[in-house]
Amino acid sequence: MGGKDKLERFEQAILPHLNAAFNLARWLTRNEHDAQDMVQEASLRAFKFFDGFHGVDGRAWLLTTVRNTCYTWLEQNRCSRVTTSFDEEIHTVEEDALNPSALALKTSDMEMLKESLEELPDEFREVIVLRDLEELSYKQIAEVINAPLGTVMSRLARARARLKGILCSRLKEKP
Amino acid sequence: MDCTNAQTLLDGYLDGELDPVRNLEIEDHLHGCAHCSQIYGDRQVIRSALKTDSFYFKAPADLQKRIQRSVRQAAKAEAPTRWLSWSWLRVAAPLAAAALVVLMLVPFFGGPSSDELLTQDVVASHIRSLMVNHLADVRSTDEHTVKPWFNGKLDFSPPVSDLAKQGFPLIGGRLDYLNNRPVAALVYQRDKHVINVFVWPPNRTRQTSESITKQQGYNVIRWTRSGMNFWTVSDLERSQLEKFVELLNASKVSSTG
Repeated sequence: MGGKDKLERFEQAILPHLNAAFNLARWLTRNEHDAQDMVQEASLRAFKFFDGFHGVDGRAWLLTTVRNTCYTWLEQNRCSRVTTSFDEEIHTVEEDALNPSALALKTSDMEMLKESLEELPDEFREVIVLRDLEELSYKQIAEVINAPLGTVMSRLARARARLKGILCSRLKEKP
Repeated sequence: MDCTNAQTLLDGYLDGELDPVRNLEIEDHLHGCAHCSQIYGDRQVIRSALKTDSFYFKAPADLQKRIQRSVRQAAKAEAPTRWLSWSWLRVAAPLAAAALVVLMLVPFFGGPSSDELLTQDVVASHIRSLMVNHLADVRSTDEHTVKPWFNGKLDFSPPVSDLAKQGFPLIGGRLDYLNNRPVAALVYQRDKHVINVFVWPPNRTRQTSESITKQQGYNVIRWTRSGMNFWTVSDLERSQLEKFVELLNASKVSSTG
């Protein structure tokens, strides 16, 4: 397989998914500048190992590489970060409900939802980003986060319950 | 379905990832339960907010150009001409030897194969069936009740036989989803141990060779017989599960032949 051919195939299969890559990196690093670095590094890594890609799902494949790159970075920057703790086992109790008459969040509450999502532990935040923003199937998410399907479903359930919990308490504090 | 089960499956329902049977059960429950409908409604509100543009960060315009540039550079560096000179060969030979060693080790550290992923799915399905108290859609010890239940729900008819006399009573059957297709799940019991048997016709002519693995403490045996894939999983000890497979195969010969 020639180098030029590889480059061509890579540009066709992987480069169209840079928005997805950047969106995931931006939510995992929580800042614009590092997200760009992550995507650049991940793309180079993806190119290096492109021979191992057998042409099924370029987006899931690139997202897997972006995720791994981000997690390495997160490990190194762990101490400076503030998130609530990630505990897969604890059952989240949903005691609060959003305003019962609300069919949609007010524009002013959107910023609060954004902050709530940023506050979630990485492992919860990423499944919500992959599912609700990126619209991957459970099967694709399982591939990207390297976990069984059952885990994807239960983690999403906990992540969404926790997200709502944080949002509700923020809405309550609102002046 | 009670609230705990409903809430466990609520997200799968929201995401359209449940089988039709469970979808109906959830819908049934939501009709009658204000608490769960409230949770479901909140999920929808938050999800539609997340889907607005302000949550999606698009890559800056110059990022694509920068990446394209650096990938092209990397491609040039990989170009084969570089390896032609003899001075390179002196460096390359030991590297190649090292790479060979690494390659031989890769299968031990590499990502999961499709078989391993399917094994994970089978074990996860088994655990889920125990967890959400959803072992059987049709609960019967009579093979002549269980087998016809699958009619119209699957595009094949799974062989069903009761092994109560041999100490492995049939409990029932349900629909499950594995390997990107709906499959039949048959449930048997041995003392307090539950055995799930997943059955589906192979999508290729490739025969699955019989194999036994252990994952997360569960024994998994798979084999092919009469044009069907069989995967069975249980916390039963291995020799018992092997005996079960033997009995299952023997009984099917008599019931189909």
